[in-house]
Amino acid sequence: MGNMKLTLKVWRQNGPNDKGKIVDYPVNDVSEDMSFLEMLDVLNDELVRKGEEPIAFDHDCREGICGMCSLFINGEAHGPGRGITTCQLHMRKFKDGDTIHVEPWRSAAFPVIKDLATNRGAFDRIQAAGGFVSVNTSGNLVDGNALPIPKPDADKAFDAATCIGCGACVATCPNGSAMLFTAAKVSQLSLLPQGQVERKQRALAMVEQMDKEGFGNCSNTGACEIECPKGISLEHIARLNREYLAATVTKE
Amino acid sequence: MARQGLFGSSLVKKFWMALTGLFLISFLVVHVTLNSFIFFNDGGVTFNTGAEFMAKNPIIRTMEVVLFIGLIAHIVDGLILWSQNRAARPVRYAVEKGGANRTWYSASMGILGTLILFFLIMHLWHFWVKSRITGLHHYGLDAEGQENLYGAMLEVFQNPFVVVLYVLGCFSLFWHLLHGFKSAFQSLGLNHKRYNPIIAFLGTAFSIVVPTLFALMPIAIYLKWIQ
Amino acid sequence: MSKLDSKIPPGPIDKKWTDHKGHIRIVAPANKRRIDIIVVGTGLAGGAAAASLAEMGYNVKAFCFQDSARRAHSIAAQGGINAAKNYQNDGDSTYRLFYDTVKGGDYRAREANVYRLAEVSANIIDQCVAQGVPFARDYGGLLDNRSFGGVQVSRTFYARGQTGQQLLLGAYSALMRQVGKGAVQMFDRHEMLDVVIVDGKARGIIARNLITGEIERHGAHAVLLCTGGYGNVFFLSTNAMGSNVTAAWKAHKRGAYFGNPCYTQIHPTCIPVSGTHQSKLTLMSESLRNDGRIWVPKKLEDAQAIREGKKKGRDIPEADRDYYLERRYPAFGNLVPRDVASRAAKERCDAGFGVNKTGEAVYLDFSAAFERYGKQQANIQKLENPSKEKIIELGKAIVSEKYGNLFDMYENIVGENPYDHAMKIYPAVHYTMGGLWVDYNLQTTVPGLFALGEANFSDHGANRLGASALMQGLADGYFVIPYTVGDYLADDIRTGPIKTDTPEFDAAEKEVTDRINHFLNNKGTKPVDDFHRRLGKVMWDKCGMARNAQGLQEAIQEIRQIREEFYRDVRVPGKATEFNQELEKAGRVADFLELGELMCIDALNRNESCGGHFREEYQEMEGPQQGEAKRDDANYAYVAAWEWTGDAGKANLHKEPLTFEEVKLTQRSYK
Repeated sequence: MGNMKLTLKVWRQNGPNDKGKIVDYPVNDVSEDMSFLEMLDVLNDELVRKGEEPIAFDHDCREGICGMCSLFINGEAHGPGRGITTCQLHMRKFKDGDTIHVEPWRSAAFPVIKDLATNRGAFDRIQAAGGFVSVNTSGNLVDGNALPIPKPDADKAFDAATCIGCGACVATCPNGSAMLFTAAKVSQLSLLPQGQVERKQRALAMVEQMDKEGFGNCSNTGACEIECPKGISLEHIARLNREYLAATVTKE
Repeated sequence: MARQGLFGSSLVKKFWMALTGLFLISFLVVHVTLNSFIFFNDGGVTFNTGAEFMAKNPIIRTMEVVLFIGLIAHIVDGLILWSQNRAARPVRYAVEKGGANRTWYSASMGILGTLILFFLIMHLWHFWVKSRITGLHHYGLDAEGQENLYGAMLEVFQNPFVVVLYVLGCFSLFWHLLHGFKSAFQSLGLNHKRYNPIIAFLGTAFSIVVPTLFALMPIAIYLKWIQ
Repeated sequence: MSKLDSKIPPGPIDKKWTDHKGHIRIVAPANKRRIDIIVVGTGLAGGAAAASLAEMGYNVKAFCFQDSARRAHSIAAQGGINAAKNYQNDGDSTYRLFYDTVKGGDYRAREANVYRLAEVSANIIDQCVAQGVPFARDYGGLLDNRSFGGVQVSRTFYARGQTGQQLLLGAYSALMRQVGKGAVQMFDRHEMLDVVIVDGKARGIIARNLITGEIERHGAHAVLLCTGGYGNVFFLSTNAMGSNVTAAWKAHKRGAYFGNPCYTQIHPTCIPVSGTHQSKLTLMSESLRNDGRIWVPKKLEDAQAIREGKKKGRDIPEADRDYYLERRYPAFGNLVPRDVASRAAKERCDAGFGVNKTGEAVYLDFSAAFERYGKQQANIQKLENPSKEKIIELGKAIVSEKYGNLFDMYENIVGENPYDHAMKIYPAVHYTMGGLWVDYNLQTTVPGLFALGEANFSDHGANRLGASALMQGLADGYFVIPYTVGDYLADDIRTGPIKTDTPEFDAAEKEVTDRINHFLNNKGTKPVDDFHRRLGKVMWDKCGMARNAQGLQEAIQEIRQIREEFYRDVRVPGKATEFNQELEKAGRVADFLELGELMCIDALNRNESCGGHFREEYQEMEGPQQGEAKRDDANYAYVAAWEWTGDAGKANLHKEPLTFEEVKLTQRSYK
């Protein structure tokens, strides 16, 4: 079944305060049908049998939608391949004899928990600062069709809303900026009529929280857009810039 | 660490970066236009007329102060952004394949800017200091009896080493503009499917034409295409 | 039996919920502040409940094992959410949605619950739209619908192939709004490891901080379990890797009855297994069955040649293809309910017509759709005499617009272009209709302990219709529990904060710590996954799409054997006081090893075939319905609610009889 032999260079770090280092692991019998994470499963299985500690890495749905998996593989967020997360990266993208570097997301705002797992709670806090429409649960809201939304707006909002919050944008940005993540939410809600009421406040509050978390500043390199597993466009960052500028100069 | 308000937040810093950048770009237009008068190859008469206007006109002199403020703001803002960006990734990647998702120059604006700054210091020393502070008596007057900044150019660009440094400076400017021009529009939120190609074209054209014209000046003088 | 009071309100079915809401007790705003509620799980049910309860003024603590509330597996639901809005004017109504759901569930659901679900379904859409969920819209700006399996109307709302994601992010945003206000305390990367019962009432939980390993006590006046299903008992399923039964199982062991554990939904359109390394299975949305046709070769020798790689699907001429769903079920064709479609695929593959190396795959073919859409498109573009190639090309573009992300996903996993070669699919475990038994108020048999969403057993009977899981999760979270929990909590306004320094908490914490220490000190040799894989194979082979008494009896023995070996031979490296993913898995698999046995016992007890539970001994042997499931309404029209007695093999059966007043029990026919 498996026919590839690989050498992995994996970041091992025992905890948040450990210095960490890169450790080499040979992996044999890798099949090209495996996903990258299944390849790591095989390695971990071996490590446990040998009495060693398996490599910690985050993952959950393994179908590219939960955003839990991460990994900086051979210098790229979610590895080579576009529009996919690490769990969707299959080993047919590699060849026999390859050496593969595996590192965690690197960002001051995403501290390493252990090995390849990081803490992305900063994203939750940005969301909590304003990434919502303030509407309470109620059985008496207006009918969903009472508010027609032009299809192009709905489609664009949807494109922004597909963000899975994985953090690849931050990981890949040379500046460690979280603009694409923040912009996706601001943009989604500013495109929809439901988001108008809190539009200004949202842009200001989410950017403030983003800055507090210690992310870097966007310099428009466009790397995030390319590595984003959901292909979220830089257009949304421009929209955030507009929203924020308008809110800043008009706020009272 | 509150980074809010008109000066604090990350986005506002970028707005200022973009605004000062575009302002500096507008200065480049004036600068390259006036300097291109040397290509009339009329012994620098037209050029010196322009130079004298620039040196004497009170509005221009005021703008010169604004220009310096803009330049310093651009530099200081850039340094702050750069240091925050460094701090945002305290542990670097062992392997980073930046080429896969971005151009090298878009991720090197700080270095390119620094190179341009060094060039600028040399450039100001060569011309601005002479024309505004120490005076141009050494070069006599031109055929029309005007102060001869052109003469200063002819002298400075006899040194091949200086010519090479100027050309390298223009290269830095080219890469800096190639990203900076478009980037400024994006930072100001000016991104629209219909106009993006126009901005991109203008940006690229500007980044090529202006530094090329600048670079041609020392080259033309050194090679004695113009006298 | 006394404990199994379903508390169905009296009155006509369409008035029950309104009357009930009007008559149950509520908690005054000032008193809500004095009441703490724990919500475990932050998927559609948990996220919606936590947000809504916090909005109402309760103090909420929400827990999830993922690193963020946004990652709960509801996010992976693709196809859509049903609602009886009748926007398409095709005769839909609350009653019809209710009827379809009861029928789809093979008459094993509680009528009153299902009716309420259908009733609040329309509110869900309004609520989500108001939150900014970007549902698909038509060119007039109005909400679009599509149709799903098992029904004859278009009532499914969707957001491309990511409806679950969009709905979950809507609930998550509502939740984060409350987190920002301090009304919800969020505990991510926390796993609930036990529920604490004080004086017969659920009064808190023991949770492990997955980062530090610290064991924490949390007290509350009520505990809501919104922890999803247990499909991962099969090891391979479409569930997320972390999806588990632990919270529900611990509740079960503390006195909550487990309802209908054997009802498992096997989804017909998943990507087939490729090898032993496989860690999970990927679903291809049911919406594909709107346009794809399912077939296998008519001739065994063709199937053989395909398996050996000598032929491709497209080499088989039209006349030699067996579109077996269209053949067997002309009325519903490829859109029969999931259980029916899955069994039909298994039947063909077992008969030797499977089309991949393992013999366990059938084709899902879009060539007819390419042609149909291509011709339409050619007409729209006013092309005269377009070539066949041109038509196919145009058709592919339309299909790509509708399902592009799914096609890409398929190609990524399988390494074959589904536009050129028909997709290969096979059924896989997807959803569990069974779960904790709850009454009409969603309360389990433990007072103060509630179960919502997939974690309870209530609304789908023996089979869930497509696009109904999202509906149920949100209905429970947004529109049911906010009312019904008040009825229970009305007694607690003077209780004061729940203390956690009590003997009950001490005992529960000690049990949790002992269990953890057992794993870490065990001198075993095999990793956790070894046992999980073995359990999964037993479950799939003997308690999967088709079951029989002998197989189930064997399975029970085998599971006991695996369980015994597991406790003796499992190796869990690392420490208790750190991020330790093997330890997390060990705890979850230990619970699956007990649940698996109960599932087999339940399946063995149910001597009939219904919905997802197909007993080979109970099928129509002749006539037009030959091979179809044979229900036994006289003896099995009940919910099997199992009580834990201290041993997985000796659960006590309690029966909640199902009475049908609105719907006439008939054989479910999709022919």
